[in-house]
Amino acid sequence: MSSAAIRQGAGGAGAPGGAGALGGAGARGGAITPGGAARDAAWRPSRGRLGMACLIFSESAFFCAFIVAYLFYAGRDRSGPTPWQVLELPPVIVNSVALLSSSVTIVFALAALRRGSVNLFRGWMLATILLGAYFLYGTGAEWAGLLRDHQLTIATNLFGTTFYSLVGFHAFHVTVGLLLLSLTLVLSLLGHVHPQRDHGRIDLLSWYWHFVDVVWIFVFTTVYVVGRQPPGGGS
Amino acid sequence: MSTLTSHTAQANDSIGDRGLMARLHQWTVTVDHKRLGIMYVGSGLLFFVIAGIQATLMRLQLIAPVNDFLTPDTFNRLFTMHGTTMVFLVGMPVLLGFGNYLVPLMIGARDMAFPRLNAFGFWLFIFGGLLLYYSYIGSAGLYGAGSTPDAGWFMYAPLTSRTFSRGNATDYWILGIMVSGFGSMTTAVNLVATIFSMRCPGMTLMRMPLLVWMMIVVAVLILAVMPVLTAAQVMLLFDRSMGAHFFDPQHDGSALLWQHLFWFFGHPEVYILILPAFGFISEIVPVFSRKVIFGYPLMVAATVAICFISLGVWAHHMFVAGLSPFLNALFAASTFLISVPTGIKIFNWLGTMWGGRIRFDVPMLFATGFLSLFIFGGLTGIMLAVVPFDWQLSDSYFVVGHFHYVLIGGTLFGIFGAIFYWFPKAFGKKLDERLGKWTFWIFLIGFTLTFFPMHISGMLGMPRRIYTYQPDRGWELWNLISTIGVPLQILGVLILVWNILRTLVRGKPCGDDPWDAWTLEWATSSPPPEWNFHEIPVCTSRRPLWDLKHPDDPDEHYE
Repeated sequence: MSSAAIRQGAGGAGAPGGAGALGGAGARGGAITPGGAARDAAWRPSRGRLGMACLIFSESAFFCAFIVAYLFYAGRDRSGPTPWQVLELPPVIVNSVALLSSSVTIVFALAALRRGSVNLFRGWMLATILLGAYFLYGTGAEWAGLLRDHQLTIATNLFGTTFYSLVGFHAFHVTVGLLLLSLTLVLSLLGHVHPQRDHGRIDLLSWYWHFVDVVWIFVFTTVYVVGRQPPGGGS
Repeated sequence: MSTLTSHTAQANDSIGDRGLMARLHQWTVTVDHKRLGIMYVGSGLLFFVIAGIQATLMRLQLIAPVNDFLTPDTFNRLFTMHGTTMVFLVGMPVLLGFGNYLVPLMIGARDMAFPRLNAFGFWLFIFGGLLLYYSYIGSAGLYGAGSTPDAGWFMYAPLTSRTFSRGNATDYWILGIMVSGFGSMTTAVNLVATIFSMRCPGMTLMRMPLLVWMMIVVAVLILAVMPVLTAAQVMLLFDRSMGAHFFDPQHDGSALLWQHLFWFFGHPEVYILILPAFGFISEIVPVFSRKVIFGYPLMVAATVAICFISLGVWAHHMFVAGLSPFLNALFAASTFLISVPTGIKIFNWLGTMWGGRIRFDVPMLFATGFLSLFIFGGLTGIMLAVVPFDWQLSDSYFVVGHFHYVLIGGTLFGIFGAIFYWFPKAFGKKLDERLGKWTFWIFLIGFTLTFFPMHISGMLGMPRRIYTYQPDRGWELWNLISTIGVPLQILGVLILVWNILRTLVRGKPCGDDPWDAWTLEWATSSPPPEWNFHEIPVCTSRRPLWDLKHPDDPDEHYE
């Protein structure tokens, strides 16, 4: 069908010039059957989403390496402290609830933005940031306890080595996410966020935030469920 | 093509004669994928010269037994820097540079999806390369020990621990490669986004040139494995700087984990280095055989199959590490398996040439050279996949010969072919054919002299990475021949460099489409304007330019 466009480009104008020799969708758009053009346009995904999907894909590979290392070394320590001795579940569960809830609040924020209610959007963004910040605070408190009460550092044993790097890298990603969310909130307070124009961008930011949450589910399972086996029952 | 009038003058206008500083500034701040592509290839070739000098020094040391031209320490540093440079600072940037230059042109786009990210990736690569080479100056650190990394390009633990690698050399290796790895990852993100979202009307996935298919698989592989290398490097950095125990056997850490993580990256990496060359060959062979590529869908399927299988073969680098027999068998089997899609490609290229009107211009010479040498390297690869055979010859010169056949005979011949084929695209001038043929034959002979005898010295028991050897082993002759090949290779490369410089200065314009090719990049002027196409092209088949030239017999009737 659209071969007509090419032939027209070649024969019609004689020598239309090198760069335009193949005719164009814009100038000669009429030569392409509308159905063809529409079908073609329909399955080209947005480059922003593709880019973010690629980032998430490669970040997943990065976390996989640390999770593999954690599982590879789980239970191999010959000297303590071991996860069973020092990791406490209740505060971590509260933490996890906070982080996972922030995935819900950011969905509400985007829904508010889609409806055009910028104030509601700001409110839900603030909630998201506070929940994320609480998670970070919780991680910090946990680390402080481990360092102070159990003298567990990254150099103490394999548990310390793998625990601090895996949980630390997750916390680092939460921090980056929080910075971006705060930036968005500040821009919005300054009146720079326009619902129509920016919904897509903030949607991409929410992809990242959801990714950080999903990683936490894997980290939690690795560190606090699989890696925290009681003595004798563990790997 | 007479209808394709030249826009060379117009394109040159944008560069203009505005003084050196103005030009330099323009190239520095550019986000144009074509300029970035040229800078990628150019800086990759600079690093190639450095790595070549390192290799020459090593071959000079090995020319005779008990030679004392280099000290053992210097030799260790040379082979480490040679390997690291060739893989990360030559192979990656040159191949990604070609991808950068060609992909948007081939799919009818005006630039990459994220032009600024593209420039950022390039400068990260440069910065990473400089960081690695800064170790020559800065790595002594407070300890006053060490110069450049010296544990081999795969940096096995525990050689990289603080105990055995004092000074900061290993840290420079970690950071330099990590930074240039970030550059590769941004380029990979860009390639995926560009190829999926920026194709011109009519350019369906199954109409894309095969090089574009190869680049998308390369991008996916980079995204899958480069972060794993980064993670392993971060662990090593923690070990070295904070006393963590990831790879520290004295605290129950495991040297084997480094091997697993490194080769999980390292084996797909060799496919990252060879797939773009497959793409070059897939573009060159049809044009110079005057036939369509044989079995296009099968080529695509084979490429995707290589992508998946290559993620499951890494432990064949570790047969000598003492894995379980089950794992050995598994990884031997997956390695045999990956030779199937690779074989499919070889037969498809041969099938394309079969019955064609073959023109042996320089690109085609390199393509046929690629075919023969790559088959040879591939076959020794299959031999090494046989576990007992690998136990015998792992870490010997047989392995060195094998991977140089694949990476020089394969990748580098592909790159040389690509340089000759697309040089007219980038600069509007054809490289000299006669000098090109000299380069090809001299380099081929030098290559064979250097690398073929390595298989023999390897089978005679010569281990890789030794700085010298005793005279009674029967290795002298083979090492002598290996070293004799080196000046020939240097001469071949010098002729190529001379050819490029001479053509840039004195070459005559050759028109927009000197090879009578069929893919979209030749549909615009040579060199293309900054915006690539005045009007976004439309295509209806895999060879849009053939359709344009032969309106009476378009490809869409046959696809």
